[in-house]
Amino acid sequence: MKFDQPAGQNPIDQLKVIGKPTNRIDGKFKTTGTAPYAYERHDAAPDAAYGYVVGAGIAKGRITAMDLTAAKAAPGVLAIVTADTAGPLVKGDFNTAKLLGGPAIDHYHQAVALVVAETFEQARAAAALIRVDYARDKGRFDLDTALKTAPLKGDDDKAPPVHRVGDFEKAFAAAPIKLDALYETPDQSHAMMEPHASIASWAGDKLTLWTSNQMIAWGKGDVAKTLGIPKDDVRLISPYIGGGFGGKLFVRADAILAALGAKQAGRPVKVALQRPLMINNTTHRPATRQRIRLGAGEDGKLTAIAHESGSGDLPGGGPETAVSQTRLLYAGANRLTSMRLAVLDLPEGNAMRAPGEAPGLMALEVAMDEMAEKLNMDPVQFRIVNDTQVDPEKPGRKFSQRQLVECLRMGADKFGWSQRNAKPRSVRDGRWLVGMGVASGFRNNITMKSGARVGIDKKGMVTVATDMTDIGTGTYTIIAQTAAEVMGVPLEKVNVLLGDSSFPVAAGSGGQWGANSSTAGVYAACMKLREAVAQKLGFNSADVEFADGKVRSGNRSVPLAQAAGDAGLSAEDSIEFGDLAKKEQQSTFAGHFVEVGVDAYTGEIRIRRMLAVCAAGRILNPKSARSQVIGAMTMGVGAALMEELAIDKRFGFFVNHDLASYEVPVHADIPHQEVIFLEEVDPMSSPMKAKGVGELGLCGVGAAIANAIYNASGVRIREYPITLDKVIAGTAMVA
Amino acid sequence: MSQNEFQLSRRGVIAAGTVGVAATALPAEAATPPLQDRAMTPTMPVTLKVNGRTSRLDLDTRTTLLDALREHWKLTGTKKGCDHGQCGACTVLVDGRRINSCLTLAVMHDGDEITTIEGLGKPDDLHPMQAAFIKHDGYQCGYCTPGQICSAVAVLDEIKRGVPSHVQADITAGASPTAVEMRERMSGNICRCGAYSNIIDAMSEVAGTKA
Repeated sequence: MKFDQPAGQNPIDQLKVIGKPTNRIDGKFKTTGTAPYAYERHDAAPDAAYGYVVGAGIAKGRITAMDLTAAKAAPGVLAIVTADTAGPLVKGDFNTAKLLGGPAIDHYHQAVALVVAETFEQARAAAALIRVDYARDKGRFDLDTALKTAPLKGDDDKAPPVHRVGDFEKAFAAAPIKLDALYETPDQSHAMMEPHASIASWAGDKLTLWTSNQMIAWGKGDVAKTLGIPKDDVRLISPYIGGGFGGKLFVRADAILAALGAKQAGRPVKVALQRPLMINNTTHRPATRQRIRLGAGEDGKLTAIAHESGSGDLPGGGPETAVSQTRLLYAGANRLTSMRLAVLDLPEGNAMRAPGEAPGLMALEVAMDEMAEKLNMDPVQFRIVNDTQVDPEKPGRKFSQRQLVECLRMGADKFGWSQRNAKPRSVRDGRWLVGMGVASGFRNNITMKSGARVGIDKKGMVTVATDMTDIGTGTYTIIAQTAAEVMGVPLEKVNVLLGDSSFPVAAGSGGQWGANSSTAGVYAACMKLREAVAQKLGFNSADVEFADGKVRSGNRSVPLAQAAGDAGLSAEDSIEFGDLAKKEQQSTFAGHFVEVGVDAYTGEIRIRRMLAVCAAGRILNPKSARSQVIGAMTMGVGAALMEELAIDKRFGFFVNHDLASYEVPVHADIPHQEVIFLEEVDPMSSPMKAKGVGELGLCGVGAAIANAIYNASGVRIREYPITLDKVIAGTAMVA
Repeated sequence: MSQNEFQLSRRGVIAAGTVGVAATALPAEAATPPLQDRAMTPTMPVTLKVNGRTSRLDLDTRTTLLDALREHWKLTGTKKGCDHGQCGACTVLVDGRRINSCLTLAVMHDGDEITTIEGLGKPDDLHPMQAAFIKHDGYQCGYCTPGQICSAVAVLDEIKRGVPSHVQADITAGASPTAVEMRERMSGNICRCGAYSNIIDAMSEVAGTKA
């Protein structure tokens, strides 16, 4: 199905099943431990041997010698995979660094060996017997040093490195009110709860991988490319994924090493990256250094906006696109955005939930708060004054839907913003200094081609099969809701099969495109199936109605089960998006409101209240969508207050590479959270008229917290995370 | 296990070590003995009562309770998130008390009664806490969920039994299942998807309080 015209009235608009806060259909499996994750397939590979990964002990250089003798002779050891045994491996299209190092080493904890043994304990013990000698090269590990000579870089190789509108320098010089400030965000880790894990099994030349991967078709392609085998010989199965946040968008070492180990050992092999290896072995969100300059008139209208960001990555990597939202978020006639990309020899930087916007808004929305104060304006009002309904770089191009102002107004009203004292450090609650902060949330809506196959059997059961994934986002449920709505059956009559590369290729889970695109693909397949049903019954498909498990046309009514017959009926289709996204800008918006307490004596920061008001098209399931948003708000608390990969700049690695030292929010850090979704349908996005929320919920949260801390304590901190030592250091100057 | 078994096993370990040291001087390929000629991995018999069923296994003494459950009993509902006691995904109940099963060896639990997530309820026969997690959407990816639920069940029991916590104003007065109290006690169970707010709602419902 081509989607190149705005959606009209369609079966989704019935909202009998779609739009309801349905419990997740996979809930009874997840809560009873019966949902099988990648490493747990005793059913599929009962004789799997165990792999244990050895990571490089240097950041850059070469392996000069590797002594496997003791490991090979250790009890239970079946095989040891190294670059020597693996044969030529090609780097995948989506990887920046090779997944198996040696002799050249590209980053710390890059895999250099896999020990395969009868048991996990044996593999682990033998891995410790491997001796590796290295020749270490000098590496580049300091972002600030590297950025001094780093070149400008666009979003990708084709994009221009600098975007300009009007004359920023002239307008900024002339502006009566100005801000020029620097902001820092650190490297962050996805730290999903399920480690990257795979079981590999070969049948002749055919490889099956039970793995944990957000993008099945990308993964299948890159496994084939890396191993130098035809794509048709690779099958990926990934029905349950224990969190990803972008860290499982791409094939990682667990999958490739399991495949190589299984080949070498002549039997299935399972590999889970050990937790202390994950942070340096896999990808992370790169640190940024951002400069923001804002110029405004006395009326509070922005006349000049510049946002420049620098980040680093391995050779061949990309920038953290922290300036992208600044091109679209606020009005202003004179604009400049640019990025620099330094080469670093740290582990690979790559996408983490809301790449670009998450760190970008952590800077921009603090700058907006600072500017509002300079203007003596309320920060909510300052944002409203600078709203735009058109793309500021192309004023002829409007937003398909843009309710930022409504989000901010509704949020201010519900949160009790009017109670906020604009003067910092003026509200006390016992030992706590109390403050409120606000930030705009912004994330673009991306659409991706997505396919599905839908069938009806003789019992009237509808089965959807697609290689789409559920990483906790609620995919199983919203796909079932979509099929139930279009086929006119209750939710219990829908069976959803996901995450298998033998199913039609779907959008996958990333960039908050999954929900809208994958359900649109299911919609397309269901519409095709409706035609097949109508045709079989000799009904005119134009006036056929699917409801209550029956197909009706005029005065004829046939149960779906009967229409399907003994042989059943099925149809496959995909949704393919035209250029609607070019014609009008599709984005999602939020107003984030936070209240914090800052301990007047210790600088300890506690989140007291959080509210997000979101406008993101039709909300397919308000329960699972709300969970996406509160989860993202929680990650925003981590980004604001605690998450930071500490770099050892001598040896070039992230020091705090486990869950004890890389701190993420826990129960005690998070209060009850509120989310409000504004009524919205966006006919430009898809037949579902939906957009994404999973990343929107994170965008702006960190800045709202930073602004609340400023309002509470009078300490303005521009280097994340905002920890109590920074509050105390700042307090000495304001108290 | 008798003294003799242990000594036999220990000699096996020492023998394995000797092979390793001697072999370092030889070319790699020549040094690799066939599997059956290598030292035996020392094992010990362990009897566990898991979810009401008693089984005996001979386990490598290095096997954690977590790996015994997941890899030997094939009860994969208990999750391995970090294997270092940092995340809580492996929480199970041992004789009614919650522990991180990754931080304890299976051989330390001979005769113990273990309850895993599979023992609390089944898809068609849910424990009230499992049902409450579904109703309040107290999970997303589901990987930390079994540990959260085992912990949640144990936390309400700890509060009932008067086990004190850091956030109690008066540790002699007994605790009640307030949101603050439950958040404190649940903080060893990380949920990176960030379902905390909903988990506390689910626990409050089971505890009969308002979050």
